[in-house]
Amino acid sequence: MSASSPGGGLQGAARILSGLLEARTGQVLSEGRAWRMETALRPVMRAHDLRDIDDLAAQVLRKRNSPLEADVVNALLNNESSFFRDLQIFDMIHRQILPHIRAEKKDRTLRIWSAGCSTGQEAYSLAIRLRNDAARWQGWRIEILATDISTAAIDQARSGVFSQMDVQRGLGVGDLIKWFAPHGEEWCASPELRRMIDFRHDNLFDARAPQGDYDLILCRNVLLYFTPERCQAVLGLLSRHSHAQSVLLLGAGETVIGQGEEFMPHPEFRGSYVRKVGLPDVAGGPMRRTG
Amino acid sequence: MKNCLVVDDSKVIRKVARHILESLDLTVSEAVDGQDALTQCEASAPDVVLLDWNMPVMSGMEFLQALSSAKMTARPKIIFCTTENGISHIKAAVEAGADEYVMKPFDRETLESKLAIVGVI
Repeated sequence: MSASSPGGGLQGAARILSGLLEARTGQVLSEGRAWRMETALRPVMRAHDLRDIDDLAAQVLRKRNSPLEADVVNALLNNESSFFRDLQIFDMIHRQILPHIRAEKKDRTLRIWSAGCSTGQEAYSLAIRLRNDAARWQGWRIEILATDISTAAIDQARSGVFSQMDVQRGLGVGDLIKWFAPHGEEWCASPELRRMIDFRHDNLFDARAPQGDYDLILCRNVLLYFTPERCQAVLGLLSRHSHAQSVLLLGAGETVIGQGEEFMPHPEFRGSYVRKVGLPDVAGGPMRRTG
Repeated sequence: MKNCLVVDDSKVIRKVARHILESLDLTVSEAVDGQDALTQCEASAPDVVLLDWNMPVMSGMEFLQALSSAKMTARPKIIFCTTENGISHIKAAVEAGADEYVMKPFDRETLESKLAIVGVI
């Protein structure tokens, strides 16, 4: 069957399964992604011995909150990620944002949240940059929280195991040699890197993992899957876990403009955002809070 | 426009690499082995060399050694691109002077990210 009707809009089984995805994660399966639904669900159908997508939808309706539901949600989530994705963003973090935080934070605590971390490459990229710069961070307590709605993605992130293709995308050979070890045909991040990151399965609409404020929040290529109302809810959450000078980074095609009142473009770091109520501190005095 | 020299004894690999590199706005020249590559580098230094390991006449490692004493105005960035995927090979290539390492098979995204890392794009 086709996932979408000629006049637009999902139909039949596709509508049921996309409804499940939205209910569990807030993500809206756009027409652009609907075409790959059957391909993405094929392994789930095979694993549960189901004939086709209609059979799958019928089973989902029959057994609510089953492992099958979790498998469907995991399969429909887009877990595309790569190390140092958008290299210029990481350069800005390394050359401008982190030095700024280091200069301003008096309690010598660096707290980073990778919200919607997928399979963990973003969090590992941050950990690598911090470890490569270890001398500058001596005496600092560094916390990296990385959360994602996909249990499968978080399991993989936590394992630290990446395919040959994964480690070639964005990861320099120097960092590969230094921070990864062969693991059969794959590569495994060093225990030192893995220990730096707290990977948690968490839902941005019912967040339990983030605690307190974060100095740097990365929520890249996440909002694009949500309705405007959901985007506002997520930005509200991010705002509640920000302080006056926290830096928020979104994906290249994402913006806070028209998405509520919480954030505004950062006056110093191009393409990043700062909480609106933080304006007086940013413009005038030193960094206010200390963790 | 920056120039990439693709060094590989496989016509198919050269063709695939050329297709990807041209789509990234690089001009491409080709060499069939290390000796051919060395001659071309001395005549007109490319910005980057995509270098196979195992080739007849002169291997990729031999090319790297020869390049260090070649008469050139500027040393090109070297990206090894090979089926030799063991950690010992990767370390040996880096110690010999390779700037980056691509394990075959590769795709556009991989090459693009490696070229960005060495600062060519």
